Formats: sequence, C-alpha cells, structure tokens
Amino acid sequence: MADTPWWASEDVWRKWAIWVTAFMAVVLIFLTFDTVAKITAGGERVPGYDVINKRIFYTFNADRNMQEPVIGGDAPLFGKMLSAGEAEELVNLGKLTVQAKNCMNCHTLLGNGAYYAPDLTKAWLDPAWGAESVREQLMVSFLMDPATNARTYGTGRRMPQLDITEDEAKGIVAFLKWMSSIDTNGFPKGFTPIRQEESS
Amino acid sequence: MSIAALNSANLNAGQKVAVKYFTVAMVLFFAQCLFGMLAGLQYLQPDFLYNVLDFNVNRMVHINAMVVWMLFGFIGSVYWLVEDESGTELVGAKLANVNFWILTLAVTVVVLVYLFVQTGPGTKETIWFINEGREYIEAPRWADFGIVACVLIFFYNVAATFMKGKWSGISGVLVLDLVALAGLYLAGMFYTTNISMDQHWWWWVIHLWVEATWEVLVGCIMAWGLMKTLGARRKIVTTWLYIEVALMFGSGILGLGHHYFWIGTPEYWFTIGGFFSALEPIPLVAMVVHAVYDSGTHNFRNSNHPALAWLIAHAFGNFFGAGVWGFMHTLPQINLYTHGTQWTASHGHLAFFGAYATIIIAMIYIAVQKWRGDVWMSGDLADKGWKWKWSLGLLNVGVVGMTVALLISGYEQSFVERALEGSTWGGYFSAQTQPWFIQGMHWRMLFGWVTTAGVVLLLWDLATIGKKETRRAIDPTVTPATT
Repeated sequence: MADTPWWASEDVWRKWAIWVTAFMAVVLIFLTFDTVAKITAGGERVPGYDVINKRIFYTFNADRNMQEPVIGGDAPLFGKMLSAGEAEELVNLGKLTVQAKNCMNCHTLLGNGAYYAPDLTKAWLDPAWGAESVREQLMVSFLMDPATNARTYGTGRRMPQLDITEDEAKGIVAFLKWMSSIDTNGFPKGFTPIRQEESS
Repeated sequence: MSIAALNSANLNAGQKVAVKYFTVAMVLFFAQCLFGMLAGLQYLQPDFLYNVLDFNVNRMVHINAMVVWMLFGFIGSVYWLVEDESGTELVGAKLANVNFWILTLAVTVVVLVYLFVQTGPGTKETIWFINEGREYIEAPRWADFGIVACVLIFFYNVAATFMKGKWSGISGVLVLDLVALAGLYLAGMFYTTNISMDQHWWWWVIHLWVEATWEVLVGCIMAWGLMKTLGARRKIVTTWLYIEVALMFGSGILGLGHHYFWIGTPEYWFTIGGFFSALEPIPLVAMVVHAVYDSGTHNFRNSNHPALAWLIAHAFGNFFGAGVWGFMHTLPQINLYTHGTQWTASHGHLAFFGAYATIIIAMIYIAVQKWRGDVWMSGDLADKGWKWKWSLGLLNVGVVGMTVALLISGYEQSFVERALEGSTWGGYFSAQTQPWFIQGMHWRMLFGWVTTAGVVLLLWDLATIGKKETRRAIDPTVTPATT
C-alpha cells in the first residue's frame, strides 16, 4: 500500500476537491459582481423603466449577427408620459401581478417557465396584436377577460380567468413593454416584430 | 417479536426520524405523479378542469411536490446514516422530531393554499402568503423562512453529531455541502421588479442546487450506499467522492453560465457557460464507472438487491438524464433554438428521476430492510421479488418513454416554432398543433400511466417487502467460504 500512486491517493484528491471548488467559487463571485452591474435597470442591456415612454424596435445588428432591441422616439404607454418613478411603479405592479397570478407556470419569461402557453419575452412586439394602434387596449381587454377574448389558434388552450383588475392589466402591459427592451442576445431567434411607425 | 415486522426498536434515533421523512417523501412522490398526469392531460384536453384546477396550478404542485419530496428524501437519508457514520447518537432526537412535524405541517399548508387559493392580487402580500410565482421556488415567503429555520435545525443536528462523534471523508464533504445548500436558498428570497436580476439570482438557487450541491449530496449517499450494500472499502469510495467533488464543482459552478445566455446577462457567458457546462457530464461518467466497477469487484454480491439495483439505476440515470440530455442542448448555438421548449421538459424528467428519485428510493429500501430487523434482501426473495423488479422496470421505462416523447415534441417545436416561423406566438401555436407535436403529447401521457403504475407498485413493495422473511441479511463485507 505504500506504493499508492498519486492518482489513487485520497489525500491528493481531497486537496484537489478543495482548491478547485474554492477557485471556481472565487471566479463566480468576480463574474457575479460584473454581471449584476451590467443587468441593473438603467444600463445598456437592461434599460430603465421609463423606456415604456418610448417606441421599442427589435432589429438585426449585422456586427453582432443577432437581433437586438433599439429604443426609438416617444410613444407613451396609454397616451401618458410617465416620470421615471411613475414608470417604475407601473412596471413593478405588473411584475408583482405576473408573480401573484403564477403566469410562469404556463408561460415562459425570457424563455424560463412552463411550455403550455407562449413565451412572453417579446409579447409586446408580437404581430398577433395586429396593429400598433389597438395593441394596448387589446392586451388590457384580453388580460381582464381571457375566457371571452380567448384566441387559441386551434389548440383549445385558453388562459384562465385570473381576476386581473384594469390597473393590474395596465401594469402587466407596462412590464411586458419594458421586458421587450431587454437585450437578450438574440433570443428568441428570427423573431418578426409587429409593424410599428418609425420613430420621430 | 418476529424478525420481519416493522419495528422501530430496530432503528437508532436518527433512523426513527429518517423513516418519517421517507414516508412523507413517498406520499409526495405519488402526488407529483398525480398532478403531472393532470397537467399532461390538459395538453390533450384543454377544457379539463378549466378555471377549476388550471394547468399553472397542476404544474406548480407537480414540480413543488418533486422538490419537496426530494428534500425530504435527502434529509431522511442524512438522518439515516448520521449515527452509523459518526459512531455516536444523534445530539437532538427530540428536536429532529419536532422539526419534522413543523416542516410537514408547513408543506401541507402551502399545498392547500396552492390548491384552494391558487393566486392573489398583484401585491407583496400575495407573495408573502399565497404564491411567489417563481418556478420551483413558488413557496410563499413565510414558508421560505420556515424552510430556512428547519434546514438550520437539521444542519445543527447533523454537524453537532459529527462533532461529538467522529468525522470521515464522507461526513466532511456532506456537512460542507449542506452549508452551501442551505446558504444558496437565501439567494431566492427577495423580490425585485427587474426580471433579469430576478432570474439571475433565481438560477443561483436552482442551478447551484440541482447541478452542484444536490449532485455532491447524492455522491455522499452513493459512497455510503456502496459501502453498505456491497461492502466496498471506505478508502476507495472516499477517494472517488473527492474526485467527483473536484469534477462536479469544477464544472458545475461556472456551468451556471448556461442559464445566462438569454436573460439579459452579458455575452461572455456564452463562452464560459457553454464550456464549463459541456464538462458537467464528466463527473457523472465517473460515477457510473465507480458504481459499476465496485459492484463488479464484489461480483455483485450484496446485502440488498433492490437498493443496489436502484443505485445502479441512479448512476446511469444521472449520466443520461443530467449528463447526456443536458449536454445535448447546453451549447448556446443549439440552446438558442431549444431554450424554453419541450426539450427542457424532456431533460427535466429524465434528470430529476435519474439523478435523485432513484437514489432516494435506494435509501428507502435500505431503511425498510433494517426497519424489519435487518432481513434478507438478496436473491431468492419471496414471490421472486416480482414487485420490486416490476416497479423498477415500469418506473424506468415510464420515465424514459416520457423523456423520448417530450424530446420528439421538442425537436418539432424548435424546428417549426423557432427555425421556421421566427418564434412569434403564431409560430408557437403552429408548432403546438403539428401532428408530430401532438403525438409526442399522447405518448407522454401513455408513459405517464406506466410511471404512475410503477409508483403504485413501488409503494406497495416498500410496504410489504421482507414481511414474511425469516433469514437475516448477508454481511457483504464477509467473503463467503469457497466450496
């Protein structure tokens, strides 16, 4: 037993286990500081909440070889320009409602969640809303009464009645508009956005 | 007292608590299947229980029952081995019991609220008292604090017992791993408006549990289980455990990056996440080699055939489910098309079953054996052991069947919805109505029935195996005399 080669030694592997784990944990912590700074709302990748006052496009960037959100001119949500604080409050109400109504156990957000209903990452930009002019109202009506306004595309799957109030519905729309402005590295791929007027 | 009756006098204090955890774990395993079946059925019959028990509720209970039964299974497993491994009595047996009842009561309340209240208004109160609405960690905030308190009590009990008794390689890894496991849960206990920030920390809990600390925890259980069932030498299993820890944390910690491709996080995660997560199968291969090689060197002579069979099922299930199925879509070039499709569901089913359900079932067979007074559980069982063999077969065939069915639907979805139709809602529904997608859902349902039949048979077997046995278990450490 005295001739145990190093690769069969308990002691050698214990040290490897400790050092590898410690090293990887330290690298992760450094990367986490950088990532958290880059995804804080108001940065380049995750815009501030008052982006809901602007028109949001999703266009192909040849240098990055992927689609990315582009912030356009003024396009206030529900026709009202909001201060940064008001915008955050509205998006926050939407985010709270999305959690409180357990949306993530049917839908995906940023691709995470369940697969029974469509992804919401670019829901604001989806061509299913028809025209830009009616989009906001259609979204609010749908959220408040999904059973009556159901569009199941032949699947028969309908969103349940979740008792969403008008304020909550508007909050959700604000949240979805803000989420569509997040730079998701080209996810979802090859997305065809709704036709929108050019920014002024 | 007949040798084969279930008798708590056969158990030490830790084991008496363990069997309680195992019992609840098995009830929740059945609940997981039941709600999975309801959710699966809703893909085929969307009007079924519409506005009564909707898909989001069934799916939430399905995945939450799974997380909780696995945690109960892990806690039970650790309580089971703590006195054996430390060579001393559990420091707080009463505390462990009280803790068990509080945790079980809390889980019951959470599930009842899920089922009967379901959702609430868009306020912080809903998140505190009804449902947090974040996949896997939906438990409301009050329950989060309860869980942390219960896990800390559990941790104290385990760590203090080892400190009073003796330490070993296995217990050292186990205790450090439990610190990380409990600590990581805190990363999921806050609310933020920012969905990118939310999911960034949410993955700290989900990934660093499932693809790091849980894997190391089952590595410890595997090491102990191989000693127990096969009589494998401690030095060998401990060395393997260290190798697995080095490989698992070496790949899995930065492998976290494969969840950071599309949530708003920077592009450098493509390289880091893709590279390290591609290495994650390596420790799982090591585990297969370890388990099969150890079994071979002992000529498969072991004290508990069902437990060893489930340990081997764990080694392969972990490798295929977590390793191969994870690797298939972990590179960003592929994940761009598969992220958020039934590919993930396919991977999830095989990985959670293969990596975790299997090894907890193995531990429960070890527990039942001793609970009945260390009865014989090797070859030549009563009724030829048909129940454990059939439940092993049905469960594995059922889960693999669901996995393949979901994968076929996932392939179709990534082609039609993502590659062809540009990921719009129209594209999503177009993919959902393709015959190949729907066929996958039908096959998944069929294999769901097979799995559920396997669970029912498993529960029946666990309740009855060894009941009429009169022989004592073999001692795997003693080599039989050659004739």
